[in-house]
Amino acid sequence: MADFLHQLWIARFALTQGLILTLWLSLVSIIAGTILGILGGVALTYGGRLVRWPVRALVDALRGIPVLVLILAVFYLLTFAGINFTAVESGLIALSLFSGAHMAEIVRGALSAIPTGQIDAGKALGLSSFRIFALVLLPQAARMIMPVWINTGAELVKTSTLLSVIGTGELLFRTQEVIGRNFMTLEFYGFAGALFFLINFAIEQAGRVIDRRLAAR
Amino acid sequence: MGYSFNFGVIWARIDVFLLGLALGLALALAALAIGTVLGLAAAFAAEAGGVRRKLVAVYVSLFRNTPLLVIVLFVYFGLPQWGLRFGKLESFILALAVYSGAYLTEVFRAGLSGVPKGVIDAGRAMGLKRLPLLWRIVLPIMLRNCLPALGTTFISLFKDTSLAAVIAVPELTYEARKLNAETFRVAEAWATASVLYLATCLLIAAALRFAERRFPKF
Repeated sequence: MADFLHQLWIARFALTQGLILTLWLSLVSIIAGTILGILGGVALTYGGRLVRWPVRALVDALRGIPVLVLILAVFYLLTFAGINFTAVESGLIALSLFSGAHMAEIVRGALSAIPTGQIDAGKALGLSSFRIFALVLLPQAARMIMPVWINTGAELVKTSTLLSVIGTGELLFRTQEVIGRNFMTLEFYGFAGALFFLINFAIEQAGRVIDRRLAAR
Repeated sequence: MGYSFNFGVIWARIDVFLLGLALGLALALAALAIGTVLGLAAAFAAEAGGVRRKLVAVYVSLFRNTPLLVIVLFVYFGLPQWGLRFGKLESFILALAVYSGAYLTEVFRAGLSGVPKGVIDAGRAMGLKRLPLLWRIVLPIMLRNCLPALGTTFISLFKDTSLAAVIAVPELTYEARKLNAETFRVAEAWATASVLYLATCLLIAAALRFAERRFPKF
């Protein structure tokens, strides 16, 4: 144990850097994914055939292949196409596409649960399409989406570990480097697992509090 | 720098790709089978309340909040340090099974709460003992309730088997990566892997819809 603590102390900067990158990757990809998801969800719910079908195909394709395949494909294909992105950048693209596709489906579900009468009412009040969306539909959809959205956030923290495979220096990658030096496999994988657990547990608990707040209203 | 597609490279190894796909399906099935046993046991244990319920809550929370890749690496590289040494396949199945067990526990608990109380009372009134009541009445209704969720769990487990590539299990993702590295047929390798995964997922989903129609809801 003392040995482990000593090694942990030596590895403190590497692991902290990894932890920060993990949090940053998750945060950026959930924000990008949410924006993509709202656009995709609106296209799926209100778009005409010409918009809806390509978006549907894209969303289904992104949801139907494993994230690891998506990450590797984006990483290798971009490099191959002569676009020089770093591992972090192509990883972010892959994660954002992945979360965007899932969010699009969630947003579509929420939007289609809102009665169409509300859109008619908005029109009758003389609101523009954009204002109907921003003032009438979005606030209601946001409340429905909140619990799933938080869950997606926790899911993304877990998924970001896959970026270690393409050499992104996030927490799992840093952990592997540390293990490569001191061979304390069990301890350091256990430690990384515990850190991920704590992050996601915190997100889960925060989600519960928000759920209760929303339900109380 | 022009690039001309050459799917001949893929075609020459299509058997390896299909075997990889089959291995992925087999891994997912094995994990689902073990995970189902774990999930059922945990769901019924939670029903009993008290300490057992708390233990189940800890199990579910622990494995749902830890990344699968960390669990896989922990089992394959970490556990041997305690003298628990498994092969690649066994390690991966074990990791995926305990991981899926946590998700399946929630699935089964939801299914269990969907079994109408009246049916259980009716069974008791007919003089059924605890075990026959569970086996012949509660379990069938519950499993039917869970069918859609079990199906989506299987699809996501199948997709998760791609992580086995990280510990060099020769499944589809591993083969695609290998082809990518050996021949630089980047586009072909990833297009093939993606299409095979996608087609398989769609097929499973279609089979599931068929099963749901075949066994109408109670």
